[in-house]
Amino acid sequence: MPIVSRGFHGRARRTDVTLPPGQYLTRDFPVLSAGPTPRIPLEKWRFVIATETGQEHSWSWQELLALPSDQPTVDIHCVTKWSKLGTSWRGVSVDTLLAGIDTTAQFALVRSYGGYTTNLPLADLLDGKAWVAYQYDNADLAPAHGGPARLLVPHLYFWKSAKWVSGIQLLQQDEPGFWESLGYHNYGDPWREQRYQGD
Amino acid sequence: MARAAVPGRLAEQAGAGRLIWRVATLAATRQETPTARTLLLDVPGWPGHLAGQHVDVRLTADDGYSTQRSYSLAGPAAGERIELTVQQVADGEVSPYLTQDLAPGDPVEIRGPVGGWFTWPPTGTGPVQLVAGGSGIVPLMAMVRARQLAVSTAPFRLLYSVRSPDQVYYASELTSLADRHVGVEVSYAYTRAVPARWPARPRRLDAAAIAAASWPAELAPACYVCGPTAFVETVADILVSFGHDPSRVKTERFGPTGG
Repeated sequence: MPIVSRGFHGRARRTDVTLPPGQYLTRDFPVLSAGPTPRIPLEKWRFVIATETGQEHSWSWQELLALPSDQPTVDIHCVTKWSKLGTSWRGVSVDTLLAGIDTTAQFALVRSYGGYTTNLPLADLLDGKAWVAYQYDNADLAPAHGGPARLLVPHLYFWKSAKWVSGIQLLQQDEPGFWESLGYHNYGDPWREQRYQGD
Repeated sequence: MARAAVPGRLAEQAGAGRLIWRVATLAATRQETPTARTLLLDVPGWPGHLAGQHVDVRLTADDGYSTQRSYSLAGPAAGERIELTVQQVADGEVSPYLTQDLAPGDPVEIRGPVGGWFTWPPTGTGPVQLVAGGSGIVPLMAMVRARQLAVSTAPFRLLYSVRSPDQVYYASELTSLADRHVGVEVSYAYTRAVPARWPARPRRLDAAAIAAASWPAELAPACYVCGPTAFVETVADILVSFGHDPSRVKTERFGPTGG
C-alpha cells in the first residue's frame, strides 16, 4: 500500500480518461533524447531491413513515400510519465515493409541515425501495431521529434518508437538496445508499468 | 512470446534487482531561489547512485489517487541521505507540494536511482564541459559535487545560463568553488537581467558565448547539457558545429510539463 502524502490532493480537475499506471496527461509534445539531434539529408536517407541470414532490403526516401501509407491516431506513453492522447501520424506500416521478406526471426533490433538502438519482439512490429512515420499532425516530422522518419510503436513506452530510424535488424536472439542496456525494461508495456528492469 | 525470451545477460548487466519504492523522510530543506527548494531526504536502504541520475517521486492522496514525477539528484549520497532540488512549476501538480507543503518529518515515496547514460563516473580524468539552462543545473551540480568528493583533478568547466541573478541555484557554493581555483571554472550567461556592474546586456546563450566559456573540441571533453528542450537543442547543435563528436555530447531535457 502506498503511503498517503498528508495534504496532497492532486489536480483539482483530474483526467476522466484511463491512463496507464503512474502516467499523467500532457498536451505538449515533450522531447527526450540522449544526445544531439542528427540531421539526415533526404537524398542520403535509406531505410534498411537486414534479415537473420544477412539479406538486406532497402528503401530510399522516395521509395518510402511511394508505398501505401496509413494515418494512425494513437495514444503515446513516455516512460518519463507523460501521456499524450489522440496523436495523429502518417507512415508506412511495418507489415508493408516486411511483406515479401522471408524471415523466421523472433526479434528485432531497431537502429537509428546517430547510433541509437532499441529492441523488441518482431511480433510487436506486426499486424498493424507499428509504422515508420514521417508526418505528425499533417506536417513533416520535425527533426527534434525524430524526422525525417521515426518508428511508431504506440503500445509500448515511447522510447521503443525510435527517432531518426534507419532500419531494422531481424534476429533469432534478443539483443538489448540502448536504454534496455541502461536499466530500462526490456519490453516496456505501459499498462503493466514496465519502466525499469525487473518491473 | 516475448516474456519467456529475455536473455539472462540482461539481468547480469543491471547488477541490481527490481527498483523498489522506498519510504523516505524529509530531514531538512534549503531554499535555493524563491521558487526552488532542495530536499534532504533520508532513504533507508538507499543503494547509492552516480552523479547525473534521478529518482521517481510518488505522491498519493487520501482518496488513493497517486501520481509520479522524476527529479534529478543534486549531489552524492551521504550514507542514506540524498538530496533533490525541485523547481516549482506554475500550475504544477507535484512540485508545489514538494517546494511548499512537504515538511521535515513527512514521508514521501522514492524509487531509484534511475538513468545510466547522463552520468559522470568519479573515476573520470578527462576534461568535462557542463552546460546548464535554469533548473538543468541540478544533475550537473551533482557531477561537480561528485568531483569534489572524489578529490578528482578532472578539469571541469560549467556554463550556467539563467534568467536573472536571483535564479542561480547553489550560488555561494559555486562562487566559493570558482574562487578557490580547484579546477572547476564557472561562467554565467544571463538571459533577462544581469547583476550590477555586469559587463554585458542580458542575451540568449549563443555560439560566441559558448565558445568563450567552453573547452575547445580538440580537447575532446565529455559534454553534458541539461535544461529545457529548446535550450538543449540549441546548445547541442552549437557544440556539434564546433566539432565536438555527437557521441560525447550527452543531453538531458527538462520540460515544464506537468511538473
